[in-house]
Amino acid sequence: MSVRRLDANQPDSFEFTPENIEWSKKQMEKYPEGRQASAVIPMLWQAQKQEGWVSEPAIEVIADMLGMAKIRVLEVATFYTMFNLSPVGKHFVQLCGTTPCWLRGADDLKDVCRKHIGDPNTVSDDGQLSWMEVECLGACSNAPMVQINDDYYEDLTAENFAQILEDLRAGREVKPGPQTDRKGSEPLGTLTSLTTPITAEGAE
Amino acid sequence: MPKVTVDGIEVEVDASATVLQACEQAGAEIPRFCYHERLSIAGNCRMCLVEVERAPKPVASCAQPVNDGMVVHTKTEAVKRAREGVMEFLLINHPLDCPICDQGGECDLQDQAMGYGIDSNRYGENKRAVEDKDMGPLISTTMTRCIHCTRCVRFITEVSGVPELGATGRGEDMEITTYLEKALSSELQGNVIDLCPVGALTSKPYAFTARPWELKKTETIDVMDAMGSNIRVDSRGREVMRVMPRVNEAINEEWISDKTRFIWDGLKTQRLDRPYVREDGKLRVATWDEAFEKIAEKVASTTPDKMAAIAGDLADVESMKALKDLMVSLGVTNLDCRQDGAKIGTAGRGSYIFNSGIEAIEEADALLVIGSNPRLEAPVLNARIRKQWTKGGFPIGVIGEDADLTYPTDYLGAGTDTLKQIIDGSHPFARVMDVAENPMIIMGQGALTREDGEAVLSATIAYAKSAGVIKDGWNGFNVLHTAAARVGGLDLGFLPGEEGRDTQGILDGASAGALDLVFLLGADEIETKYLGNAFVVYQGTHGDAGAHRADVILPGAAYTEKSGLYVNTEGRVQMAKRAAFPPGDAREDWAILRALSATLGKVLPYDSLRDLRAALYEEVPHLATLDELTSADVPEGAATGTMAATPFSNAIKDFYMTNPIARASKVMADCAALANDTDKGATGTHG
Amino acid sequence: MLQDKDRIFTNLYGLDGCTLADAQRRGDWSGTKDLIAKGKDWIIDEMKASGLRGRGGAGFPTGLKWSFMPKESDGRPHYLVVNADESEPGTCKDREIMRHDPQKLIEGCLVAGFAMGANAGYIYVRGEFIREREALQVAIDEAYAAGLLGKNAADSGWDFELYVHHGAGAYICGEETALLESLEGKKGMPRLKPPFPANAGLYGAPTTVNNVESIAVAPTILRRGASWFSGLGRPNNAGTKLFSISGHVNNPCNVEEEMGIPLRELIDKHCGGVRGGWDNLLAVIPGGSSVPLMPKSVCDDILMDFDSLKEVGSGLGTAAVIVMDKSTDIIKAIARLSAFYKHESCGQCTPCREGTGWMWRVMERLAKGEAEVEEIDMLLDVTKRIEGHTICALGDAAAWPVQGLIKHFRPVIEERIAAQKAGRLVQVAAE
Repeated sequence: MSVRRLDANQPDSFEFTPENIEWSKKQMEKYPEGRQASAVIPMLWQAQKQEGWVSEPAIEVIADMLGMAKIRVLEVATFYTMFNLSPVGKHFVQLCGTTPCWLRGADDLKDVCRKHIGDPNTVSDDGQLSWMEVECLGACSNAPMVQINDDYYEDLTAENFAQILEDLRAGREVKPGPQTDRKGSEPLGTLTSLTTPITAEGAE
Repeated sequence: MPKVTVDGIEVEVDASATVLQACEQAGAEIPRFCYHERLSIAGNCRMCLVEVERAPKPVASCAQPVNDGMVVHTKTEAVKRAREGVMEFLLINHPLDCPICDQGGECDLQDQAMGYGIDSNRYGENKRAVEDKDMGPLISTTMTRCIHCTRCVRFITEVSGVPELGATGRGEDMEITTYLEKALSSELQGNVIDLCPVGALTSKPYAFTARPWELKKTETIDVMDAMGSNIRVDSRGREVMRVMPRVNEAINEEWISDKTRFIWDGLKTQRLDRPYVREDGKLRVATWDEAFEKIAEKVASTTPDKMAAIAGDLADVESMKALKDLMVSLGVTNLDCRQDGAKIGTAGRGSYIFNSGIEAIEEADALLVIGSNPRLEAPVLNARIRKQWTKGGFPIGVIGEDADLTYPTDYLGAGTDTLKQIIDGSHPFARVMDVAENPMIIMGQGALTREDGEAVLSATIAYAKSAGVIKDGWNGFNVLHTAAARVGGLDLGFLPGEEGRDTQGILDGASAGALDLVFLLGADEIETKYLGNAFVVYQGTHGDAGAHRADVILPGAAYTEKSGLYVNTEGRVQMAKRAAFPPGDAREDWAILRALSATLGKVLPYDSLRDLRAALYEEVPHLATLDELTSADVPEGAATGTMAATPFSNAIKDFYMTNPIARASKVMADCAALANDTDKGATGTHG
Repeated sequence: MLQDKDRIFTNLYGLDGCTLADAQRRGDWSGTKDLIAKGKDWIIDEMKASGLRGRGGAGFPTGLKWSFMPKESDGRPHYLVVNADESEPGTCKDREIMRHDPQKLIEGCLVAGFAMGANAGYIYVRGEFIREREALQVAIDEAYAAGLLGKNAADSGWDFELYVHHGAGAYICGEETALLESLEGKKGMPRLKPPFPANAGLYGAPTTVNNVESIAVAPTILRRGASWFSGLGRPNNAGTKLFSISGHVNNPCNVEEEMGIPLRELIDKHCGGVRGGWDNLLAVIPGGSSVPLMPKSVCDDILMDFDSLKEVGSGLGTAAVIVMDKSTDIIKAIARLSAFYKHESCGQCTPCREGTGWMWRVMERLAKGEAEVEEIDMLLDVTKRIEGHTICALGDAAAWPVQGLIKHFRPVIEERIAAQKAGRLVQVAAE
């Protein structure tokens, strides 16, 4: 964690799209009357989805919508590290560097990022890619892995990861999830459990 | 009540007590940084850790409720080690800049490091540096010193109710800041300086001017509003260096407003330090004798019905008494202490004071505010209203201007039409008042300074009696004053005598040429242009409106420069003490009037302040009772006249500019400019 | 080894279809109405008797936790909150439940909600799990459409609304009171206790926070009976458990196994063994990053359950097994965890806010050998001054890995310092 500040360059305004306003209303309905501040994280997240990052006008719009003090929304935006306080690349790579991924080669993936994208937290010149190291993303049995926008890319090697980055840059389709023959987090190769036909439990 | 054993001493404590409170009760000292008895419990500094038997780990005593039979240890090796550990953690990233830190000498971190720390440093890494934050003209920041206790954030959010401070980021990079470093807008923000246990937030105007140990500390009373907040004035030589709050649970708890705290630069500028007389249209420096002679000349050629006197908002009771006595001896009946023209003071005392007392706001369960903005008229009292609101079950209705009072209010309407609906029971809020156990009314000067002020007052009192606001065992009828001198002046009867003119009458008379001499005792809030061709004597402290219009200026003493009585809005009599001497030839006001009386051949019958007070107490006995509340009867509200439909207009428009001292203060001018620049702090609870 | 018939998460790997119909075919939602008809007390008693201990790391008995909720409402609503903020390094099991077996969790929410008198539940999913959150929402929508949630849920007579909420990158929100703060729209800073959530939790109302796995296993336990579950594993360490194995094994995976399975069996049977063979093992962190590591000598015959691991000075935690072979730079591995805790400290308590940064900086130097030998003991002392002195357990969690390292690998640290002083280049291998 380093000091998190709003970007020096801020847009003049922010507006949720009509769809996102509808969406926000629905979010607020999930919480009891008077507890609409609960929706602050989902709404900041939606603003980020819309714009790619969280700007000062967005913070103020959301504070208004939820009847919160602006400083409270700023606290939330700076506390939670998934909120990008500056613009990111079209494909935003969050590279897990915590021990389980590090043990399986996260450092190699960082080298790939430096080579194919550049310095961390810097958008590549073509605007396509940026990357940063993040803490454990909770896919440790599929390490090493990265998150690119909404998807996890798992069981990576320097080679297949570099290919993914270049495919994304070129606008080619890429396959999220494990880059091996695994579907999920089952052991690679032969299953060691759940090998018998599945029936309704208790009905042996 | 549960029994708790602390270091072998058994104490019986309140069931709602915390372990820390139990420890204090047992005489065990518990160090702390984040804990403050008037703020919510954060429990984050971990300095107050103690050992509780059967607890698996050390317990933060500030946050732990007591249980019956609890056994607490505060002097064990484990506790000592825990405290040393926390001290060490606090210090590893704290700069070693005590020699240039304004908190030096009154720093909790310094003191507790001496008491509970270790004498060596094991931290070899680079210390953290934190960027300073701009919080406006009052608070200076050195954020590297911050220990993240969050007292400031909690005060601004909870007590002041203007949530503009927060802690952004997290972990070791957490930073205390205002939203995008905008200046704070709370009128109570200066209190965070006192609350900050280190030198992170210090007083900007006071920066680098003095060390606490070189200051003389005088316990006295504030006059910036009518609350009579208890203050301590710190002075060095002749100079007031700063103003701090004193604890008075009944009045200001331990808060003061920013006007109270930061006014002192106004005591040093634009001061009247010599007598002046006007010759050929210009004021020139004069001797006291010249000034008195000039007045005597005018008095000799003027009949009493053509003379008048107005007492200003900062006058002490003694000087008003001396002026009144002098005027009466001259046969003058045109007297008034109500510069603002409030239609009060002619009925019983209970009709013009804050009867319940400020503390009793915490007993009220419904509040009707009429023609007042307590946030600007008495910010600390407003914090008390907010405190009661935060406890819940305290509906607040407002008639008058709709303002952000830092708590949600039920806005009922703008003026007397709404008041009438409350009185006749047709307004829903009347029901709220009816069902309340202890309903309260706060009436501001905005409802009383009007032509129909008497009718409004009368009707409201009648309503108060019918609605249980005034009843056996509870008197919730409260007038909120804005002038520190006002209740004292009314108690003293500094009011028009028989067929005498009130303030408006005096101004009308002067502009029409019917008055030839007007004596202003620190009266600067009147429209001096209406003084016409009258000969004006101005006795006061600052070159403000009154002095500019004066023909003779008598330089007086400010509230920090004399001993004097002030009666606050509750009717509580308090004595201000002298912290410094008046500048130049300026003198204490009663003494000026006593000397003048000799020149006029109407020698006042007291030679000392003590004699004056003796005479005063004889005339108005309740003034002899200091610091206490005396109950007063509220006279029947026999409505006279009709109420006009015009909306109530609040008494204070510019909080930072309400008196001549404030208008002389550069700090107040900066605050005023800022306040006028930006919208008044939206609190998120508005409406 | 656990038999498939005793496995609860029959679609752990997502190989069998994830729709409601698929789940019902596997037995989910069968007779839910009847379970609820047996009443709150029966459910809570069964859960107690099953011996299920919370699967989120602390291992507190789940049935007992449910029983702390007020029996009758005092006018305040009751809430069930599911902790799906799975963020403990090494842990990736709840993710599989949410994306592959979500109906177990949803059915569990209804049953648990009923047992604790809650008509509403919130599932707090970590922000990064975007696809998992979407999958869970789809499953909830399906359940609503089938009448399994909402008014008279599953025809049980109980009304139950279930919502998905999410975080945005803060490990600390896995702490239950920080999670509640976050759910209320604030920074995730743990609350002081008391009051405990069962008295004043979400929005000040009685609340129980449970881990995803704890809730998801409840319907099966109730259907198959407490004795079935308690018959697996060892006393006080009953049932089955999802294990996440990562690091230097041939086939890292998630797998449901019986509590108390020997670590070596777990790794050999399901993960194809330690990379380079068992003898190439250096150390294992057996329960997520927060628990102290165990050197190979301890790993040889350790059983994987709460009590066994506690006995050897470690813990089962989330049963996230991080395996490190002999190529591992163990100092660096732990230093990376120190970086994690420094990054994730909320900053509230002095010892954690200042101490996590201090530990990390010293650890970074130790990894390079740029330190004095005395600093090892100083670091150990610093960990002791953090441990037990903070509001929540993050301070402890940051201290323990460092303590484990010093306890078992002090000579390695000393050797590195000596090598650095002597100008010998230390071979630092990442893999």
